[in-house]
Amino acid sequence: MAETPRKRTPRTAEAKTTAATGRKATPRKAPVRKATPAAKATAGVSARAGADRRRADPDGRYVIGTPIADTKAPTGPIEQRWDGRRFAAKLVNPTNRRKHRIIVVGTGLAGGSAGATLAEQGYEVIQFCYQDSPRRAHSVAAQGGINAAKNYRNDGDSVYRLFYDTVKGGDFRSRESNVYRLAQISTEIIDQCVAQGVPFAREYGGLLDNRSFGGVQVARTFYARGQTGQQLLLGAYQALSRQIDAGNVQMHPRTEMLDLIVVDGKARGIVARNLITGEISTHVADAVVLASGGYGNVFYLSTNAKNSNATAIWRAHKRGAYLANLCYTQIHPTCIPRSGDHQSKLTLMSESLRNDGRIWVPKQAGDLRSPDQIPEAERDYYLERIYPSFGNLVPRDIASRAAKNQCDAGRGVGPGGLGVYLDFADAIARMGRDKVAEKYGNLFDMYQQITGENPYQVPMRIYPAIHYTMGGLWVDYDLQSNVPGLFVIGEANFSDHGANRLGASALMQGLADGYFVLPATINDYLARGGFGAIDDQHPAVTEAVGGVQERLDTLLSINGDRTVDSFHRELGQLLWDQCGMARDEPGLRKALERIPELREEFWSRVKVPGSGLDLNQSLEKANRVADFIDLGELLCLDALHREESCGGHFREESQTPDGEAERDDERFSYVAAWEYTGDKPVLHAEPLEFEYVHPSQRSYA
Amino acid sequence: MKLNVRIWRQQNPAAPGKMVDYALDEVSPDMSFLEMLDVLNEDLILRGEEPVAFDHDCREGICGSCGVVINGEPHGPQQTTTCQLHMRSFRDGDTIDVEPLRAKAFPVIKDLVVDRSAFDRIIQAGGYISAPTGTAPDAHAKPVPKPDADRAFENATCIGCGACVAACPNGSSMLFTSAKITHLNLLPQGQPERETRVLNMVGAMDEEGFGGCTNTGECANACPKGIPMASIANMNREFLRASRTVSR
Repeated sequence: MAETPRKRTPRTAEAKTTAATGRKATPRKAPVRKATPAAKATAGVSARAGADRRRADPDGRYVIGTPIADTKAPTGPIEQRWDGRRFAAKLVNPTNRRKHRIIVVGTGLAGGSAGATLAEQGYEVIQFCYQDSPRRAHSVAAQGGINAAKNYRNDGDSVYRLFYDTVKGGDFRSRESNVYRLAQISTEIIDQCVAQGVPFAREYGGLLDNRSFGGVQVARTFYARGQTGQQLLLGAYQALSRQIDAGNVQMHPRTEMLDLIVVDGKARGIVARNLITGEISTHVADAVVLASGGYGNVFYLSTNAKNSNATAIWRAHKRGAYLANLCYTQIHPTCIPRSGDHQSKLTLMSESLRNDGRIWVPKQAGDLRSPDQIPEAERDYYLERIYPSFGNLVPRDIASRAAKNQCDAGRGVGPGGLGVYLDFADAIARMGRDKVAEKYGNLFDMYQQITGENPYQVPMRIYPAIHYTMGGLWVDYDLQSNVPGLFVIGEANFSDHGANRLGASALMQGLADGYFVLPATINDYLARGGFGAIDDQHPAVTEAVGGVQERLDTLLSINGDRTVDSFHRELGQLLWDQCGMARDEPGLRKALERIPELREEFWSRVKVPGSGLDLNQSLEKANRVADFIDLGELLCLDALHREESCGGHFREESQTPDGEAERDDERFSYVAAWEYTGDKPVLHAEPLEFEYVHPSQRSYA
Repeated sequence: MKLNVRIWRQQNPAAPGKMVDYALDEVSPDMSFLEMLDVLNEDLILRGEEPVAFDHDCREGICGSCGVVINGEPHGPQQTTTCQLHMRSFRDGDTIDVEPLRAKAFPVIKDLVVDRSAFDRIIQAGGYISAPTGTAPDAHAKPVPKPDADRAFENATCIGCGACVAACPNGSSMLFTSAKITHLNLLPQGQPERETRVLNMVGAMDEEGFGGCTNTGECANACPKGIPMASIANMNREFLRASRTVSR
């Protein structure tokens, strides 16, 4: 693993030079580039990076492999790249589309919109979800809104500004080409959803309303009260239902993907288990699309749905697909604090609450007075104080860490001091209770239901929780993984959010991928052909089925003395403590010591009652938790190797004097794509280049 | 709190089921109802018994997966989803009956899990607006009066949990079906399919074996999202209107 090796397909002449000298990530011509302290990046990145990373890993936990390049990424002016790619992509004649079968795993915003759109185009779609209905995918729980550069407010918004905000918000760890495309497509998404009957909030004139979200200074967020995800998902679900009825989509609810079938290096199908009958089946296709969501539940307590899991992406990883940037995990600042050890999940409240709610803690540590007894002068509205221009609307990572800092300093409120106030008293005085109820009513109701407290009278208590994972399977500009024929969309891929996602951008990305990007790019792959027939007796199929069956049998036969949940809780607590809001080397090393022991204990002590021949929810969970343990280990390794702070990844060792995240562009301006080997993981770096948005330290002050 | 929980246990669709008593000693009032079942299940597993099967996912009251009948009421004593019901709604020493959502069109799969796929088939029959991706005009091309948009939204908040069906003495799904019809038929985008939508969805509803509506109003009382009874009246009006238009 000595030399930092060559790129496979250089994108430009400049890139070729870098490849030849073995350098990585030298930024190209930099007309807009200015020298700033944070951009010591520019010079001499080079082979040193490899040496540095070896230093970072004295115990040799991983191997440095060849860099990886996004060979599909177009060049030229950024506003023409998506057009250029669509024009260069091969097409499939409408009459030939019926001959291609595509598997889609997942029915959330990304999967639902992709399944419907591919079927509309004429492809034969076979789709899977573990829920009893495609309408229940966890996108349904997204509350706040969806961004689009419509500039309906005439407040200076534009595609370029959305692009700029997203690259900056992602702390300069995303690809410019991808993000620009996302911003371009954002406007089409709103048109599409309105045409489907999505009931966005409207003003009295009948036109669409907007609000603003964290990390931006324009109002570009479209919303449907606090249920935007639900409304968008139902739009996609209804479009999908129409295609199911037309016979263009074969829908398999309550069916979970348990392995990927790879034949001659191409993704050709999946092994799935019917959760009601226990039947293991194989499904073969010309391409497989994973839209299975993120891996936030590796932390046990998160805002994800209880059954959200990483099995599809982890099994794909074991079959060769690279997992990228796992350490970029988003902690959402406005969640309801936990109430006890029985806690099974955490509930998020939309960050749109930060538009009108004011966050504060008592100035005095250990102040146990009730909030109404604390006079104005003794309250610290710390976000407004530290970040005067963005105030309560700083990006999520910053708001979360600020809350943690207050609680660590003993100023937290509520049980265990793990909470800060989110106070609507001023908003109610300003707008009146009815207006507040109209904007946030369902969120207030939810808060009251869970805590038993009335937020119209008492300030809400909030605390950060794991919410979204920016990392995921590595994909190129076409959303294709390094395994040909395996496409990954939505939260399951790593693509557009860099190290931190801005609010109201997950819905945008999921729908952009499913409605507009994938349906355009998958043609290029399918048109190239080469899909030989595969039957059930193909060795790749029998091997995959055998592996799945054997694993289920093992889980059922251990009959130990610990429940699956007890392992999941322990893993989650370990990761939250050592790889949560703030990480450091000793903590990560501790986690990396403990996880293999935990794996050992799991496979010798887990107890799974019942059989594999009917609905067995313990077996489903055991299968998922086993994968979470493996993924959690890679997550910690990725966090250990990235010795900089950026976005959702905060390393204690890398902060500015005033405690903000300090990036190290010189050493870490790359995507870390990990290859599974069965032994030590291999790190493939994809250098990031910034031609338009100049990497600087993010400032929201 | 100490509770006595009686739960419907049924191994599979063909097997007979029965109520089984479980004593719980340490229930916190801050637990959600499903967390109380989690605690029971952990205990059952360690005792070598099969845990109680129940559907659940988001645990935020929005996915519609959960839903059991608690003391005879779908989702229990409060007008919310089962996952949002907290144990502070019960008292120390209570006996609580827990059953699946019962209806002819919702066969039991196991314990508290039922098959609600009939709802999906009703939507497939017409609960959509045909707008293939890429065909949409600008979002502001057709303004929608705010009262219409608000009412459409109110009906669109249905989560498809099935409480309305289980609450109805006739096992009717008219609240569910009417919510989608009202949502889409109110919008300008929904007009071209206005008649076929209501005719086809009502037809599918009948085919699935749901009962008719006799205006008892139990559905709206049980609905965690507050879908109003008036939607059913609206569906009936739309149905009559469509029947006349189409037969003409």
